[in-house]
Amino acid sequence: MVAKKKLVMIGNGMAGMRAIEEILDANPDMFDITVFGAEQYPNYNRILLSPVLAGDMAVEDIILNEEQWYADNGITLHMGKRIKKIQRGYKKVIAEDGTEVSYDNLIIATGSNPFIIPIPGVDKEGIISFRDIDDCNAMIEAAKQYKKVAVIGGGLLGLEAAKGLINLGMDVTVIHDQSTLMNMQLDQTAGDMLRSSLEEQGMKFSLSTLTTAVLGKERVTGLLFADGTSLECDLLVMAVGIRPNKALAEESGLYCNRGIIVNDHMQTITDASVYAAGECAEHRGVTYGLVAPLFEQAKILAWQITGQGLKSYGGSAVSTKLKVSGVDVFSAGDFQGSPEADVIEYLDRSGGIYKKLVLEDNKIVGSVLFGDTADGPNFFHMLQEGRDISGQRSSLLFGNSVLGDSGHSGIDQASRMAPDTIVCGCNGVTKQTITDAIVKEGCTTRKEVTACTKASGSCGGCGGLVEQILASVLGTAFDASIQEEPICGCTDLTHEQVKDAIKGKHLTMVRETMNVLAWKGEGCHVCRPAINYYIGMYWPLDAEDDRYSRVVNEKMHANIQKDGTYSVIPRIHGGEAKADDLIRLGEVAKKYDIQTIKITGAQRIGLYGVKKEDLVSVWRDLDMPSGFAYGKALRTVKTCVGSEWCRFGTQNSTAMGIRLEKTFDRSWYPAKTKLAASGCPRNCAEATIKDLGVVGVEGGWEIYVGGNGGVKVRAGDLLCMVETDDEVVEITKAYLQHYRETGKHNERTAPWLERIGLEKVKQVVVEDAGNRKALVERMDLYLSTLTTDPWQDRLQDEKQPGEMVEFKEYTAIEIPVQVVNA
Amino acid sequence: MSSDMNPETGTKWHPVCQVEEIPQFGGRTVRAGQTEIAIFRLGDGRIRAVDNRCPHKQGPLAEGIVSGDTIICPMHARKISLESGEVLPPDSGCVKTYPAKVEGGQILLQL
Repeated sequence: MVAKKKLVMIGNGMAGMRAIEEILDANPDMFDITVFGAEQYPNYNRILLSPVLAGDMAVEDIILNEEQWYADNGITLHMGKRIKKIQRGYKKVIAEDGTEVSYDNLIIATGSNPFIIPIPGVDKEGIISFRDIDDCNAMIEAAKQYKKVAVIGGGLLGLEAAKGLINLGMDVTVIHDQSTLMNMQLDQTAGDMLRSSLEEQGMKFSLSTLTTAVLGKERVTGLLFADGTSLECDLLVMAVGIRPNKALAEESGLYCNRGIIVNDHMQTITDASVYAAGECAEHRGVTYGLVAPLFEQAKILAWQITGQGLKSYGGSAVSTKLKVSGVDVFSAGDFQGSPEADVIEYLDRSGGIYKKLVLEDNKIVGSVLFGDTADGPNFFHMLQEGRDISGQRSSLLFGNSVLGDSGHSGIDQASRMAPDTIVCGCNGVTKQTITDAIVKEGCTTRKEVTACTKASGSCGGCGGLVEQILASVLGTAFDASIQEEPICGCTDLTHEQVKDAIKGKHLTMVRETMNVLAWKGEGCHVCRPAINYYIGMYWPLDAEDDRYSRVVNEKMHANIQKDGTYSVIPRIHGGEAKADDLIRLGEVAKKYDIQTIKITGAQRIGLYGVKKEDLVSVWRDLDMPSGFAYGKALRTVKTCVGSEWCRFGTQNSTAMGIRLEKTFDRSWYPAKTKLAASGCPRNCAEATIKDLGVVGVEGGWEIYVGGNGGVKVRAGDLLCMVETDDEVVEITKAYLQHYRETGKHNERTAPWLERIGLEKVKQVVVEDAGNRKALVERMDLYLSTLTTDPWQDRLQDEKQPGEMVEFKEYTAIEIPVQVVNA
Repeated sequence: MSSDMNPETGTKWHPVCQVEEIPQFGGRTVRAGQTEIAIFRLGDGRIRAVDNRCPHKQGPLAEGIVSGDTIICPMHARKISLESGEVLPPDSGCVKTYPAKVEGGQILLQL
């Protein structure tokens, strides 16, 4: 076995850890990894410090990698240990507490330090920067004692800090040495609009103001400005910018300028075994302070260090969004433009909307958006692509919606975005990646998408867009899934909560369940059938089926028709009829004057127009079992002729269908469940639009699941291929039991499968043999309880006059009266 | 029998069946000449009777789900008060109600 190489990383921040994640992705076994972090926290999302300060999030919420994550990935983490020395000659690092670790490769990701302007008095108490969790906590503490705060710096960081302090109830004045707020990202117009918007939120400003001294004895009491004026304050926040933290690298002889100089592969130009990434690195003369470029660098670094070949970093175009609630600002590229630049502008001051595109040769080179930033990612994408927009000059600023808005402009916009458009600038996540997560991984909420793709996991600014993509991909399934609603108005509990209670508290009766769970009233046609299903599903041996919690069809064991008569559809397994049954069906139809005999859509024979009081007699005369055509039950197994007769047939689909229908006869599900068996890939039984369908191929069967031919057609997904009929039955048992257990009442397999995810279902039903066995056992137990036919049961009841009165409701009570005024 | 005739409406109390012949939370159809009446035994034991046709699409109410003192039509889930006969919002309409009572275990309807 080849010994692992030793990788040490100095810095436990976002860029460094992203590089480690990329390295683990590329080659998890290549390195023994040791990480040194100066802070007492695992890797957290620095971008989200503002919401922490604003009180919208807690420190725990912004932790990116828990300590457990390091352990799980075999990474040695030294928290709170600052490295004091890199001995490049010995290839080792030494921490302040004396810890020594040698390395084959070293990554320096020490980030940056807040810049403290060198003016008299900056060493006084009551001065805080805004850079890490400790700063955040210090501000929150200070807000309890002090009320008047000055923030020096009207950039991104300063404004976010100021907003947080306002939320903490402080009187906040922002001092900025320029005339425009966020002048690194905004032009004068946008800066002015931003100022009025923030003023409305209670922020005060002192622009074009140069601070010359901090006043006070030990603690800050005020600021002195260049024009001679002053401002009183008892807390000062310095947020004028950051400086790359290069001291350690510089001392160890690595060539530095503003930051640590790296080549296009993120190696320091002094020592090829040492890499640098993030805010501490300087590449082609540029240092970055935003998160998106850092992540690009992390990718290149991982590519190089794991020896996957050459890939070069060419620098990053950057876009910015301000994370202050109620203010939408977007900026990208050369937003200012030269005086003679080609500019398209839209300005609505009272509406608070400003959009500006800076063009060069009909290509977007920069953009500023205020108020309506929905098109920001689009414009940024066009900028990166260098797309010629000469044909769209007149419409571009009105966004994609102008191209055709069908009433849901947000969704519309998401659906029109090009697949390779970057949705999450922080993490470089494209629309395609998000769509894949929704379609292939079954993500249905923003949280799940974030867990899956990291989109909206950093600044969160693209969260709305992610939701729009969810909505556009999932369609009507979106709302239901993201907003888990109570079952109905009779309770505040969701399906899952009710299921958990039934399972956990061993509830076996509908009324008992409603009492225990404090139902409002006696339940309705939505919740009672659901509870009745769940108790039967969890407790097949003990549950008491409540007829009066079943809807009419299931209660009557017949389908009510529009005129109040019923249909009678007997079981004909696999659709293979017997002559005697057909003769009897004809005789019964004649005897009871049944208007319509129809071959149903599911290959069975239905008698339509049977009067309620004739139902029991019809069943008696037919002497055939119930076909369950009325229930959330196994309906039929549709079959083609198969190999017995068909010259193309490869498998005996009729026999397979009969076997399946007999196996699952009388079983109940969250919703009606239809099966099919086709004998060859011509698929005459349409098995790929069934809840489960099998298609015979040479040497076995393909099993498709989650198909539906109803309102919303859905082609089934291939669950697996098996060789024998026994395996078909086994997989079908496991799959249907998994559906029985995890489906919501009234949820067909098509939406269920999309909710749970094909991969998950595959894993539970096919790949995990132990779990499959357990599912089959539970299904077998359930099937073993289904011993009687409901029609025969009703006949038995009727045969005992005077004793069983319960089911006499098939007959009306006749009283010899003419109703007055009828 | 003339003694129990209601002089104003001309209606009389008629015996229908024993209480136990209607299951709790259940309904039955009563046919009186050309008229079909749905009769229910509510969860609390009260007996209520209405015309057996939902005003919406003539759904047979006797087959509906009893919830409190409302009946939910089996056809399209209109909710109808068994006290007033009114269809509950958001839908509208009403069905005729019939006075019902229990005497000595026997259900009587005033028709």
